[in-house]
Amino acid sequence: MSKTDLTRRVSRRGVIKTGAIAGAGLALPTIFTSGARAFTNEPTGGTVTLGFNVPQSGAYADEGADELRAYQLAVEHLNGEGDGGMLNTFSSKVLEGNGILGKKVGFVTGDTQTKSDAARASAKSMIEKDGAVMITGGSSSGVAVAVQGLCQEAGVIFMAGLTHSNDTTGKDKKANGFRHFFNAYMSGAALAPVLAARYGADRKAYHLTADYTWGWTQEESIAAATEALGWETVNKVRTPLGAGDFSSYITPVLQTDADVLILNHYGGDMVNSLTNAVQFGLRDKMVNGKQFEIVVPLFSRLMARGAGENIKGILGSTNWHWSLSDEGSQAFVKSFGTKYGFPPSQAAHTCYVQSLLYADAVARAGSFNPCAVVEALEGFEFDGLGNGPTLYRAEDHQCFKDVLVVRGKENPTSEFDLLEVVEITPAAQVTYPVDHPMFAGGALGDCNAG
Amino acid sequence: MFGLNKKDTTFLLIVIGLTLFTPILMQPFAEGSGLAQFNGGYPDLMQKVAIFGIFAVGFNILFGLTGYLSFGHAAFLGIGSYSAVWMFKLLTMNVIPGILLAMIVSGLFAAAIGYVSLRRSGIYFSILTLAFAQMCYKMAYSVLTPLTNGETGLQLALDDPRILDKAIEGSSLPVTNIFGLAMNSTYKLEVMNHVFTFSVGFYFCAVIAILAFYVAIRLFRSPFGMMLRAVKSNQHRMNYTGLDPKPYTLAAFVISGMYAGLAGGLLAAMDPLAGADRMLWTASGEVVIMTILGGAGTLMGPVLGAGVIKYLENIFSKINETVLHSWFHWLPDGIEDVVVWVFARFTGEGWHLTLGVTFMLVVTFLPGGLIQGLGHIRDRFKNGKKKRDKYDDPDPDHHPAPTKRVAGE
Repeated sequence: MSKTDLTRRVSRRGVIKTGAIAGAGLALPTIFTSGARAFTNEPTGGTVTLGFNVPQSGAYADEGADELRAYQLAVEHLNGEGDGGMLNTFSSKVLEGNGILGKKVGFVTGDTQTKSDAARASAKSMIEKDGAVMITGGSSSGVAVAVQGLCQEAGVIFMAGLTHSNDTTGKDKKANGFRHFFNAYMSGAALAPVLAARYGADRKAYHLTADYTWGWTQEESIAAATEALGWETVNKVRTPLGAGDFSSYITPVLQTDADVLILNHYGGDMVNSLTNAVQFGLRDKMVNGKQFEIVVPLFSRLMARGAGENIKGILGSTNWHWSLSDEGSQAFVKSFGTKYGFPPSQAAHTCYVQSLLYADAVARAGSFNPCAVVEALEGFEFDGLGNGPTLYRAEDHQCFKDVLVVRGKENPTSEFDLLEVVEITPAAQVTYPVDHPMFAGGALGDCNAG
Repeated sequence: MFGLNKKDTTFLLIVIGLTLFTPILMQPFAEGSGLAQFNGGYPDLMQKVAIFGIFAVGFNILFGLTGYLSFGHAAFLGIGSYSAVWMFKLLTMNVIPGILLAMIVSGLFAAAIGYVSLRRSGIYFSILTLAFAQMCYKMAYSVLTPLTNGETGLQLALDDPRILDKAIEGSSLPVTNIFGLAMNSTYKLEVMNHVFTFSVGFYFCAVIAILAFYVAIRLFRSPFGMMLRAVKSNQHRMNYTGLDPKPYTLAAFVISGMYAGLAGGLLAAMDPLAGADRMLWTASGEVVIMTILGGAGTLMGPVLGAGVIKYLENIFSKINETVLHSWFHWLPDGIEDVVVWVFARFTGEGWHLTLGVTFMLVVTFLPGGLIQGLGHIRDRFKNGKKKRDKYDDPDPDHHPAPTKRVAGE
């Protein structure tokens, strides 16, 4: 290379030009990120969009359909249509039925397919395409954890729907995520004393567990709670989600000396496994001189309906039941029943309540900014939403309230009257410290406004 | 130019042009208009189209050229994602090392799986690959939970080591970036009520997709590509002429596995989560459908197929009954309910039905895929109504038609 060549290549002008371009390139990220808006999807027009991300296909499709009904009802009530439902009984009175902060509430829906990938894709399109400022829903803890992570990154609020795993507000908790539903630890704490009182303190339990985050934490919680009262755990077997037929998992139970079968299944899985267990004659068996019992720690009315006759006399726990006589529950059951012709499930209840709680938090904070909403929800105490006095704990964004122990009704009076409440376990009995080992690891982090 | 003949160069330039303007092309309707529902120009969808385009182009190198139908390619996609996320967790949030590792690891897996599966051909090969993919899926789902986090999927955590990123402190999760430029940063441009979103993530995917596409063109035109075609047309004859097809097929399998790994790594780079669902057999079937729908053995076909499927999946699945009611509210009540009921079977969660019908129609009437349909249209414009059949074109595979509607290749 000759000298003239070299000088032509690195002339002073060239260097300055390159420098300017490189500088512009480096400055780009700041131009990109600092838009005119203060936070992700700040609603500017007359409407605010919420994203309802529920399973419309797969094992939890029934729950998803009921959740969607509840969301639509909540949107109606927030916009001042219908009879107002629980807005009238809610202890906080800032919501006036004129939308949220005067903006009409609109919504978009998506199908999570009960798969983390699909759920995140669906939530992403709600945030990026439709401008949703809050995502809510989910009938699976795996999905809830995945979507909660996405919302944290994107800078929107996630109001978890039906998710019962300890991890959602335990090791996978996020600052932008909130859960109203109870969790596996609470189920164990509420259920174990009732089980011990009815079935005796020297039982041998066999666990069949859905093989994912919720199943694992529920298995751990129930085993710990029952073992503390003297039970023995014979075996814990993991089954794939959506297996359909559980007979190959039921037969080995007969070969052990277990006298209680604990089904850590939910939705369609629980309907199938319970049906299989009953078909194999487990409920008529006598083991160790005791009647064989089946326990379903997380119960719902939709599952009870799917399982039909088999559910009678089986104990479990639930977050809420439509037969509760408090004012809030009554108001909700009435407006849901008027619109759809049947009573709501616990999934519908928690989703409805989450929508109201979000709207209320925005109204109290006076802003849709996720960080302001987080601040308004943390440590919030409320009543009148069906579960008695409730606290949204600031340290892990988990609601603390009474837990219901229920039993499949022997003589149902209608196709919806399938569960009866055995005991209402007070919130104090199911409260745990933030640093409980089952919830250890992970951190909320800071709220992210995008 | 670039070692391509004139025709291919023009083709590549058209593809580059279409890709760069994807954010505008996929956003044809004004904001707030009734048709805005059909806009697809948001980052997540555009990225998906580009990424699955890469996946399908890679799959086509194996299926389109050698005729070996792999039913387990999603395994490599998943392996790529897991590798990339582990790189983000352990080393750095910069996407380059993650994507490189994704390609290497999936290449290794492809070599191992291909070595065994390629001992058989035809349906037995398909079943073997399917079996391997299901094994990978099951292992990721439960046995290897410490490595894959099972059903929840592998996610970033605040306390990951991230050796090279130590300097960045904070209590919120870091985002994937390329030398500091965050993947999720976007620039919104408002022109006459249209909102165009230009995102770093999409352009990163687009550049890689163009590179991958260029490599595929070179491969199609190379002597190696000719060998692969020979495998497809008659393997016995190839044997008799003294050529061993196995190294060629294995090489094609590994290359296409690495394309899948690249796609998986990119998926993780856009959204740092790797779930086992990505490896399920339905995901393997999806790439087969993409390739056949677009046109197997053509260059542009698989990309087109990927675009159509991802668009249907993301846009049609969001048209719920409420949206349908707002469209048909002008009809009398009884008729409205019937019409909405019928449409609801094909939209929302029923989008699979729309996909199935489209697939059936394409396979029946356009055996060469959508690309053949576009070819027909082009011929119409060029030659008027003159009848043509496939024998008029000396070799349709060698002259894939550039397309008007390229969804973000």
